[in-house]
Amino acid sequence: MSSSLVNLVIAGVGGQGNVLASQIIGRTAVACGWKVASADTFGVSQRGGSVMSHLRLAPQGSYGPLVPPKRAHIILGLEPLETARVLSTYGNPHTKLLLNPRPNFPLAVLIRERSYPDLHQLLSHIRNQSSEVREIQAAQLAETAGTLLAQNVVMTGALAGTGWLPFPAEAYKRVLNSIFGSDQSKSKKLDLNLYAFELGYQAATHAAQAS
Amino acid sequence: MNAEVLLDDAGREVLLTGNEAVARGALEAGVNYAASYPGSPTAEILEALAQAQKLYPDRLYTEWSVNEKVAMEGAAAASFAGLRSLTIMKCDGLNVAFDFLTSLGLSGTRGGMVIAVGDDPSAHSSAKEEDSRYLGRLAHLAIWEPADSQQAKEMVKAAFDLSEQMGQPVMLRLTTRVCHAATNATLGPLPKGPAPQAIIAPTDKFITWIEGHKAQEERLLGAVQVANRSNFNRYLGPDQPEILVVACGPSFHYAHEAVEELRAKAEDWGLGSLNGIGILQLATAWPLPEELLLGYLKSARQVIVLEEIEPFVEDYLLGLVARNSSTLGQTVVYGKHSGHVASSNGIGLGELNPELVYRAIAKAIAPGALAPVASTATPSSKPSEAGEQPSFPGRDLAFCAGCPHRASFWALRSALELDGRRGIILGDIGCYSLAKGRTGFNAFQTMHAMGSGAGIASGLGQLWRFGFSQPVVAVVGDSTFYHAVVPALINGRYTQSNFLCIILDNQTTAMTGHQPHPGTGGGAAGDPLPPVPMEQIISGLGLPFTILDPFDIPKATAGIYAALQQPGVQILILRQTCALIATKREIRPEVYVDPDLCRGYNCSCFNFCSRVFACPGNIWDDQRGVASIDQSVCNRCGVCISLCPAGAIKTRTEEDVSHEQLAS
Repeated sequence: MSSSLVNLVIAGVGGQGNVLASQIIGRTAVACGWKVASADTFGVSQRGGSVMSHLRLAPQGSYGPLVPPKRAHIILGLEPLETARVLSTYGNPHTKLLLNPRPNFPLAVLIRERSYPDLHQLLSHIRNQSSEVREIQAAQLAETAGTLLAQNVVMTGALAGTGWLPFPAEAYKRVLNSIFGSDQSKSKKLDLNLYAFELGYQAATHAAQAS
Repeated sequence: MNAEVLLDDAGREVLLTGNEAVARGALEAGVNYAASYPGSPTAEILEALAQAQKLYPDRLYTEWSVNEKVAMEGAAAASFAGLRSLTIMKCDGLNVAFDFLTSLGLSGTRGGMVIAVGDDPSAHSSAKEEDSRYLGRLAHLAIWEPADSQQAKEMVKAAFDLSEQMGQPVMLRLTTRVCHAATNATLGPLPKGPAPQAIIAPTDKFITWIEGHKAQEERLLGAVQVANRSNFNRYLGPDQPEILVVACGPSFHYAHEAVEELRAKAEDWGLGSLNGIGILQLATAWPLPEELLLGYLKSARQVIVLEEIEPFVEDYLLGLVARNSSTLGQTVVYGKHSGHVASSNGIGLGELNPELVYRAIAKAIAPGALAPVASTATPSSKPSEAGEQPSFPGRDLAFCAGCPHRASFWALRSALELDGRRGIILGDIGCYSLAKGRTGFNAFQTMHAMGSGAGIASGLGQLWRFGFSQPVVAVVGDSTFYHAVVPALINGRYTQSNFLCIILDNQTTAMTGHQPHPGTGGGAAGDPLPPVPMEQIISGLGLPFTILDPFDIPKATAGIYAALQQPGVQILILRQTCALIATKREIRPEVYVDPDLCRGYNCSCFNFCSRVFACPGNIWDDQRGVASIDQSVCNRCGVCISLCPAGAIKTRTEEDVSHEQLAS
């Protein structure tokens, strides 16, 4: 297969906004002239369960919507436990990882039937399995932008900021515009999301300079 | 929805989900009437068309119908009047509409009519994985199955043409990885000018009668000729393949990728160039293009069939090979029967994915070169399929934070405990189906199809004559009430059965994305339609009913307990808006835990808020040893405030906020 194919997996929990992040990235790629095949989980699967979005991005060619095991080039992790889970199936030693380290607790943990893995151990387990890891404190940044619900857009901005995909920030912002800015009443929502995107973008750029 | 679905900009390349592509294809084909009952994975098709109705109100009418049978009947009506119509449902919905469908094929139609059915292999958002192709075949329809969005869009247009040519509906079989996958698609032109005049001439008759059967069989022969020439049946490979991969739906793309991979490894395995492999996308699932298939089968000694759910095409191919054995020679067909196409869960279970397809083809052409399938590795919510490591806790599906259903099931469970007669709860289909698991305190003892809980209750309520003395509670949703519960309630009253029907009225069709229904009012395109209140219907049935707020747990519990003591059919409406809508509609005060009041692990409640009530917003702060609220999850319903015995959970009023600001 073409070496320019990028397999990207977004890992998270139902309700965290995987589908929106996937849409923003996919539509940006198509607007930049690329071919995309993506698969999201919808419906009942969204209700607190593990959710994944698969994206396959390539300048040319056509692909099925699912990433084969061990073939992820990039994992966008919205939650650490889900990131570790996805990494074990889709990751390989060359997989790059962008991680929001804030946990979201499964029902089995709330019920005290299982315990959430020790966060420090979990994060070092994740770091050990990946060639490049950048952590983004998406919760703090989303709160700064105005709502914790914008963590997904912060992480999308961070992905743009890593430069791992060859699309300019402006291309993502045009897609955000078309999603959130279609009428006047939505302009507040658009501003909030553009701000969240920008904060993520800057954080990823700084993380790169620091490392 | 991607607003680009509606752009009048032919030639533009956009990213469309399969659902959006079906909607766009129907628009490009000049569809005039679209009706559906929402079901995953196809709910977003009508949503996109409803947005189109706002732009083209003179060309298009869209409707969320009360159920799939009525949706199909409405679409057929438009077809009888010469218009193009589309009806959309999931496989379970086709079961509901099936009685009408088997009649409709016999009576025939006029304007192009397409039936889009979504099958959900792996049951990502379903209770079952059903293969609707068998029903389409039983109704003598032509069935087409696309592999991706571009093809789905073009196929809808061609399906309208075929329907008009045949004079009967054409079925489009879609699977989850087409509906909810997104791929590039090029927009075509949208029709201009006025819609056709709807008219039924005195000579137009659409009557189901046995004479129609012969005509229907003849029409299918015509569809075979169309299938033999169809460009949707794509082929990649040599003219005379030695090995033929027959791939249906998205597995065409998986097969392409797998064969490329195998070619890269072929030398290492001593397999030669593998240039003899051909891949045929079989898009015309029924009737099958025999001539086309026999053309490739002449040279192919090995055939591998890839299709989702049941071996529908495989069985037919085995028959085709057997019928032509004198001319074809020895041909081996690999697939589900041979065990080549199997997930780790078993043969015919779950959806296909690149790894399964790779292994199936590799096993057929290089047996022994591969280890058995280790994991299915598909994006799935189900912990058993997610390929997780044993040290990681799985993630059960859960009611959303602030979901009124959690409160309703807590009240119901409490009332049944108080009653003490081992009352049983019969489940139904909707978000509240999750109550079969821990999030709903494992409430259900039965769960089947929409409306079945009430029908089963009607039966159980007659069993007192055989010594049955347990209270019977059927739990239904508001959309389900209108869809299929009303006949069971009529039956219950008429036969003087004994049960309590609780309607969990969250004022929307929540599971599939908040579509309106007769109780909410409002049409698909947001047009103002006055509601048909469930209270009026229940009153009309002559049944007593009470309306309660599930968030008021003491009152709801008392109300359920009281209803359980009454004979006959009782109705209780537990009404509270879906949390996902309520939080968008109103700004509620923040809920928080006062760490000075929370008694921590030593409280006699034993972590009630998080451990027992199990709302994902109620978490535990292990560092401080007290309860806490996850503000990124909490939807601020405030139910936990009333349940905390220490009074430690509070809402942060504006006054609190200003005090804190002064203090800091």
